[in-house]
Amino acid sequence: MTDETRVPAPASDAPREAHAPRPSGDRPSGDRPSGGGDRPRYGGGGRGPGGPPREGGGGRKFFRRKKVCKFCTEKIENINYKDYRMLGQFVAESGKIVPRRLTGVCSPHQHRLSNAIKQARNIALLPFAGRAS
Amino acid sequence: MNRAYELMFIVRPDMAEEDLDKLIATLEAAVPASGGTVKSVDKMGKRRLAYTVRKFHEGMYVLLTVEGGGAMVHELERRLRVTEPVIKFMTVRIDEEQKRLDKIKALRDAKKKLSAQPAAPAPAAVEEPAPAPAVEVPAAH
Repeated sequence: MTDETRVPAPASDAPREAHAPRPSGDRPSGDRPSGGGDRPRYGGGGRGPGGPPREGGGGRKFFRRKKVCKFCTEKIENINYKDYRMLGQFVAESGKIVPRRLTGVCSPHQHRLSNAIKQARNIALLPFAGRAS
Repeated sequence: MNRAYELMFIVRPDMAEEDLDKLIATLEAAVPASGGTVKSVDKMGKRRLAYTVRKFHEGMYVLLTVEGGGAMVHELERRLRVTEPVIKFMTVRIDEEQKRLDKIKALRDAKKKLSAQPAAPAPAAVEEPAPAPAVEVPAAH
């Protein structure tokens, strides 16, 4: 059933692509047999909060809030595995590291944070899974 | 050889204080033997572990900061491995990180001094290697 909707798509690619129109770039993925299942991934999904260029300032449903990196604003440079309390803020209840699109941390700090959390886990300051005691 | 390492290890909680001190003394003695210096020893005390390690739920944390080469670390870790009361250890190399932090600190201090006293060439001359364009200001004086 999905293939039938695919046929008229090349004629009008606006409804399919939520982001910038790329008619030619889309063709290789259209040829893939699994295109029917993972097509919705292009829309909204992970790129929404990143700031789609077309939505501008009016797209409230994409912009949650302008989260800033906590380390950049407070000028914390020493992200150590030893201060597990600070690291614990970036760890979910299940013990997983929270993705930076939720915490608003910038990329280099997220790398350091992630390494510090992994070091802390190795030395039993943070759990691998489960609630942090 | 000026590599700095941080060695953190966990000792079983039912160990006596003096035994722990003896163990630390043994490790400290092994450091200069393999060419290094002990910077600091920090007994962080008893802490609840985030997960069970060798059937223990608590442990005494000790942090050892040393300077030396890789052979020294190898020797220290070997000793920790055979020591029965030590249930977990981790070595982290910190000299690169320290260098980075010092550089940032120096940059920040330089910026602060420059913004505090714009007409003072003396503090600006101290941080000569600072690559910021603010260095050109004292040169103009």
